[in-house]
Amino acid sequence: MSPTIPFDPRVLRAPHPVPGAPDNWRRFFSFNTDAKVIGIQYIAVSLFFLLVGGLLAMIMRGELLTPPADLVDPTVYNGLYTMHGTVMLFLFLFPVLNGFNNLLIPPMIGAPDMAFPRLNAAAFWLVPLFGVILMASFLVPGGPSGSGWWAYPPVSTQNPLGHFINGQFLWILAVALSGVSSIMGAVNFCTTIIRMRAPGMGWFRMPIFCWTALAAQTIQLCGLPVLTAGAVMLLFDLSFGTSFFQPEGGGDPMLYQHFFWFYSHPAVYVMVLPIFGVFSEVFPVYARKPLFGYHVVAIASFAITFLSLIVWVHHMFYSGTPQWMRNVFMVTTMLIAVPTGIKVFAWLGTLWRGKLRLTTPMLFCLGGLFNFIFAGITGIMLATVPVDIHVGNTYFVVGHFHTVIFSTITYGVFAAIYHWFPKFTGRMTYEGLGQLHFVLTFAGSQLNFLPMHWAGLMGMPRRVASYDPEFAGANVLASLGAFLLGVATLPFLINIVSSWARGAKAPANPWQAIGLEWLLPSPPPAENFGEHVPVVIAGPYGYGLGRDLVENQESVVQRSLKEA
Amino acid sequence: MSGEAPTRPFRPDPAAIALVAIAVVLNLLASLWMSRQVHDWLPVQASSAAPYVDNLFALETGIGTFIFLGCACVMGWTILFNRAPKYDMDDGAPIEGNLRLEIVWTLVPLLIVMAIAVHAIQVNQVLATLEGKVRVSSGSEAVAVAGSAASDEPVGPIQVIGRQWSWEFIYPEGVHSTELHLPVDRRARLELISMDVLHGFYVPAFRLKQDLVPGSVIAYALTPTREGRYRLRDSMFSGGYFSANQTDVVVESEDAYRAWLTDALRRPLLPAANAATELWQLRQERGDRGWATVPPAPPPLVHVDADPATPHDA
Ligand code: HEM
Ligand SMILES: [Cu+2]
Repeated sequence: MSPTIPFDPRVLRAPHPVPGAPDNWRRFFSFNTDAKVIGIQYIAVSLFFLLVGGLLAMIMRGELLTPPADLVDPTVYNGLYTMHGTVMLFLFLFPVLNGFNNLLIPPMIGAPDMAFPRLNAAAFWLVPLFGVILMASFLVPGGPSGSGWWAYPPVSTQNPLGHFINGQFLWILAVALSGVSSIMGAVNFCTTIIRMRAPGMGWFRMPIFCWTALAAQTIQLCGLPVLTAGAVMLLFDLSFGTSFFQPEGGGDPMLYQHFFWFYSHPAVYVMVLPIFGVFSEVFPVYARKPLFGYHVVAIASFAITFLSLIVWVHHMFYSGTPQWMRNVFMVTTMLIAVPTGIKVFAWLGTLWRGKLRLTTPMLFCLGGLFNFIFAGITGIMLATVPVDIHVGNTYFVVGHFHTVIFSTITYGVFAAIYHWFPKFTGRMTYEGLGQLHFVLTFAGSQLNFLPMHWAGLMGMPRRVASYDPEFAGANVLASLGAFLLGVATLPFLINIVSSWARGAKAPANPWQAIGLEWLLPSPPPAENFGEHVPVVIAGPYGYGLGRDLVENQESVVQRSLKEA
Repeated sequence: MSGEAPTRPFRPDPAAIALVAIAVVLNLLASLWMSRQVHDWLPVQASSAAPYVDNLFALETGIGTFIFLGCACVMGWTILFNRAPKYDMDDGAPIEGNLRLEIVWTLVPLLIVMAIAVHAIQVNQVLATLEGKVRVSSGSEAVAVAGSAASDEPVGPIQVIGRQWSWEFIYPEGVHSTELHLPVDRRARLELISMDVLHGFYVPAFRLKQDLVPGSVIAYALTPTREGRYRLRDSMFSGGYFSANQTDVVVESEDAYRAWLTDALRRPLLPAANAATELWQLRQERGDRGWATVPPAPPPLVHVDADPATPHDA
């Protein structure tokens, strides 16, 4: 693409994109403090790690294609599944969602940037740092950690080779750094949302994505210190001979489980809440209707935040918890289905009598919602103690949470990428490739994750490298699904790379969407609205209501067209 | 909670009501049918707890299917009939919400999940009288969690010892075995003990699972109700050769059980065959390639050894 507008050659060195000027790629490899650059940095790094995690998963599914452990040694399998889970959570999902927070929050609320740009950049650069540390654990003697993403002691503190630097040590270090990075991010996102909204944007005029981001980041601030404390104690047990969790020294292994799940249950909501936000943004645009029950959806986010902090023991029903505790946590877990259900029904209400446009982002959101309803129902089953006593720690749980984490959350991530790609790169993606990506992903994920539920009901434990022949059928299907998912990433990657390089130029508002970010040129200039921050005069999602979102909307729109 | 509800506030026309009614009836039938299928997805029921677990699961499957299909119907309907034709840039009906509907879909799910919870607590209570479970930390005394008053005299206590990676069962009569034999229809008392890391005592046919926690003795009770041979699997990840850590539970008649005990005591104590040890030796022969693991604990000395190749019922 040759530039259509003459530009000053100095802009080539500008640390941010300049509309109309050729791209300055170097800014993505520097300590840049522009939230839009950081956002893209986060997303690029996380997509790289999605491929790494996916590759690990493929090797695992190759191993599980047949009952005996014949492809890799069982110890290697343990390392693979541990690293798969860790990479997907800490190096794919958390960073990709922080990428969206960076890209979307400032433009959506009319802020020029994050509240603390340098902190923001530092938080990002910790990600490649701990990514390298975690990957380095493949190279240390004894290989990476093989104790699962839970890292339950005493297995995690056994340290078979006795070296000080070992896979588990590097694992704890990486997870702790990830926690530091997330806390830095959380401080930034919360401050930005609370303090930097455009004039007129009261709480109940804020887009739902910002509500969910705030709800999720509040969880990070409450929960992460607890996980970090647990990780530090684990590190001391592993490396310095303390016995917080070692029964021989008077410690209690169950204590670790409480520390771990006090954060790690809420963590699943840190991941899903922003995707609830994406659904709430995307459905109105492509159904051409206001979000059904906006206020209730907004408040439900914080109900989820609160409840998510008091359900953690549902991961420990079979661990040795007393009856009263099981009953209490069963009830709280059940309660969380209520605010979650409110959101689901609100999205259905939004679709009802709409004018649906089945574009790629819409397809991913519809598919994600469909899968999420299923996963919510298996979640309720897991919450009831007697059923969990049977299916807990089996493939049923693996099926449940992959249906959420992949078939809902990652679908939402894809939807968000396709939906906002034109806004932040200035290029359109190819619709045909996007739809192909969706079809392959949908087929692959059903084939991969549905049979897991069945294997679990029949009694196949999770985390196994080998299994009894009666589970072979379900596992062959699941492996085929996994390989199909691998194939499904190809159209995605081709689409993203080639669209960015040579896609059609994106207009300021290609989807006729309502929202402050769509009143900016594509890509938005460095400071977003700069001096001309519009005054918000209405709530979001005014589709079909014939009202303006901001004062002098016409002139704001004109400006966005002129600058592009 | 049927998603079809939103029609009512807008157009109370008889055709719509009839359509919704038909959809609800079909959905009910489908849900009922699904809840009947669950027994095909589960292993045979071989303990007194199993029917309770399965019935609860069937109930949840029925309710879950109803909700899932209800929502899926709404989605399907909108995708089929509310799609914008090509080049139609109009907006949909500008509905911002409906307070009555929002209250309904908050309260109805609340009632449903609370009803399930109350029911599940009752099932829990029943199961507690069947299983009974106490965690005894080293030193302190055993206190029964729930009424473990059994009718006739229970078997045991049989010590269940978990190691990396073997199972050993020690009977009060002095028998050591790597296979758990239990008489049918009699309550069996177990003491779950781990010698190293966390393990999980999991017999899918019994629908029971309980972790072994190092440093604690967990008193556990169950009643097998069907003769047969069932897999016992380690369900809590225990490191290196975790997946090889499985054995069988043999449920047999009272007479057969007695005979097995007497016969076992006549046999010599010999080291058990052990899958993890074999895998470990194979690895050593191949040059110790692979990632770090602690070596398997020495196989227990037993009177009776399990043969993993014997076909199992579940
Ligand atoms: C209606 C809502 C949900 C309920 C009632 C529910 C319930 C449960 C329960 C009881 C477990 C524990 C099962 C066990 O380990 O035995 C579980 C596991 C899990 N759930 Fe959910 N869940 C729900 C939604 C979600 C959502 C929204 C997410 C993700 C964002 C999620 C992610 C997970 C994960 C990751 C695990 C497994 C963690 C692990 O064991 O490694 N769930 N869920
Ligand atoms: Cu949880």
